[in-house]
Amino acid sequence: MSDTLSAPAGAGRASAPPPGSASRRSPARLLKPLLLVALLVVLLALPLYVEEFWLRTGFAVAGAIVGAIGLNLLVGTTGQLSLAHAFFLAVGAVSYTYISGESGGLGTRAALRGLELPPIVGMVVGVLLAGLAGLLFSPIAARLRGIYLGVASLGLVFIGVHVLNTWTPVTGGFNGRSVPEFSLFGFSFGNDDPQLFVLGVPFRAAERLWYLGLVLALLAYLFARNLLRSRPGRALQTLRDSEVAASVMGVNVQAYKARVFLVSSMYAGLSGVMYALSIGSIAPESFGLTVSILYLAMIVLGGLGSVAGAALGAAFVTALPLVFQQFADVLPLVSAPGEGGVAAGIAARYLFGLAIILVVLFEPGGLAGFANRFRRRGRGSARGPGSGSPSAGPASASSTTVPDPSDPPAQGSSTR
Amino acid sequence: MTQFLSLLLNGISLGAIYALIALGFVIIFKASEVVSFTHGSLLLLGAYTIARLSDSLGFLPAVLVGVLVTAVAAILVERFIINRLRGAPVISLAIVTIGVDIILLTELIRQIGPDILNVPHPWGGDSVRIGGVGISENRLIAMGVAGVLIIAFFVAFKYSSWGVAMRASAEDGEAAALMGIRQGRVSALAWVVAGVLAAVAALFLVGAPTPGVSAAAYTVALRAFPAAILGGLDSTGGALVGGLLIGITEAMAAGYQDQLSFLGRGFGEVAPYVVMIIVLLVRPSGLFGTKELTRV
Repeated sequence: MSDTLSAPAGAGRASAPPPGSASRRSPARLLKPLLLVALLVVLLALPLYVEEFWLRTGFAVAGAIVGAIGLNLLVGTTGQLSLAHAFFLAVGAVSYTYISGESGGLGTRAALRGLELPPIVGMVVGVLLAGLAGLLFSPIAARLRGIYLGVASLGLVFIGVHVLNTWTPVTGGFNGRSVPEFSLFGFSFGNDDPQLFVLGVPFRAAERLWYLGLVLALLAYLFARNLLRSRPGRALQTLRDSEVAASVMGVNVQAYKARVFLVSSMYAGLSGVMYALSIGSIAPESFGLTVSILYLAMIVLGGLGSVAGAALGAAFVTALPLVFQQFADVLPLVSAPGEGGVAAGIAARYLFGLAIILVVLFEPGGLAGFANRFRRRGRGSARGPGSGSPSAGPASASSTTVPDPSDPPAQGSSTR
Repeated sequence: MTQFLSLLLNGISLGAIYALIALGFVIIFKASEVVSFTHGSLLLLGAYTIARLSDSLGFLPAVLVGVLVTAVAAILVERFIINRLRGAPVISLAIVTIGVDIILLTELIRQIGPDILNVPHPWGGDSVRIGGVGISENRLIAMGVAGVLIIAFFVAFKYSSWGVAMRASAEDGEAAALMGIRQGRVSALAWVVAGVLAAVAALFLVGAPTPGVSAAAYTVALRAFPAAILGGLDSTGGALVGGLLIGITEAMAAGYQDQLSFLGRGFGEVAPYVVMIIVLLVRPSGLFGTKELTRV
């Protein structure tokens, strides 16, 4: 699950491991892939056992994971504060709906337009258009210092909502419009067509979307992880720590800032398409400032700069209000809308706000940093005094200089 | 022509209110290197307090309490959160203020609900005509009060020991600390001043022609952000110019809505952001902001 697990492996790679350490580590080495496989099997088998509500939540979470990973590349890895994420989500969602949607009347009001192209085209073009929007904004983004960018990007969100409200033929205007079902080479991700049963369980929209979400989130995760470990990824992290140092090392600051904006907004575009699919309709209010702030909450809670952290944070922030809603009658203080007490969405928002403050104050690494600390402590006590031996040799110097790209401790030290 | 003058006057009065908010924003940035996203909800807190208390306490005491509550809230944020994070990167600080903003705003919106709370300004919702140009009394008074406050602020900023201390710490925090300037106190005072300015702005922002205190006041307050950015985040004069510019832009875009209909209805609310983005494209540090020069 976590890319940060490889931090000790990275340290070992710096020099030939002393004999004996391999055998000592092998159970741990085996454990990780085993756990990953087990997790994958559980995720794959889940639709056979779980109710539709959880699968729908799962797809929403997958969409949020994609978006959060994208934002984290920008904010966490490169240190460019952006509040414009909702805007790029909107670009993706609207493009998909317009390109794959049907033309048609909307009651007595202006007719909706749509290109009726296959949904996969809509998805790809949606991602590309979001990237293009990012690229158009990047001349500003690349020139602004971090905090100016934060406020400037605020403007995009309001402009986006304004466009959504007024460009009725494409966006559906104030009331929004419904989103066409996704299908891939004739296989529909809708409810019936074709009827599908796996082990006696009917596979309807929720089940099918679950797998779609799983695949897309996994791809997004792997791409980001590999990006961070590559040359551009390291350049981005240098950029975050010091722009001057980065340009001394030969990193083209402007170009990299523009590119990371492009990648991040493409992630947002895909996430927007997935969001549209999971809700089934798009409306201006779904892409307001609140959404941008929630995405920021995800990556801060998960851990700035950590891909796995972004995924964790996205799952937490997306699922919590839905789960609160589901269990409103069981939880204390939380109630269904309209009754006394705190509504589920509001209760969740208090929690997010508080969590953000606590994370920045006490654990800048977020959930990922927390997990890492926990893991390190566990390892230290398990291996005892012998653990010092591999780093006692000449490897010690090099092992300290080879932190994993997305290693939260490195991030933690820089956010303080 | 009359319409133009009228829009200009209304724009300037709106801009004066924005300038108050933006000024607070800039002071906080100068004193503690924080871009305070809490500012919108602080303002709403002030407006809400004034509206809720003015029935039982009367108008003036309610305003005083409202200003006090906002200032206290601001100093609490500074003492308990920002002060503990001294030296943290600007982004972490901004994010933590967003966290505070989420909590405060959620609570306020829950309290306000779908209602529009009315603030009983003694000057009411009447408007006056100055040579054929109409403006609401509320806005006219706002302009006067804002002018007085801004002049008082600039005088204090220039001559009072607090102002000198603050300018010194903004220039070079470490050197100022070595000279015996207490950074914590400077920063706390900046937050208090910003809180007071926000509350005063809130008082006028929710008066005529705005119907009253509702969750929408928060969105209006947010337009002070482009004002601050436009002028340059670390320039107090810039906040003033930025505020006026944004106010005039908004009033013009809303007033000439029919001529600008191709941009869609309600463009006035978005125009400030468009102007901000255009200005930033040309001057990345705002109109009067310090340019950051780095040599490699």
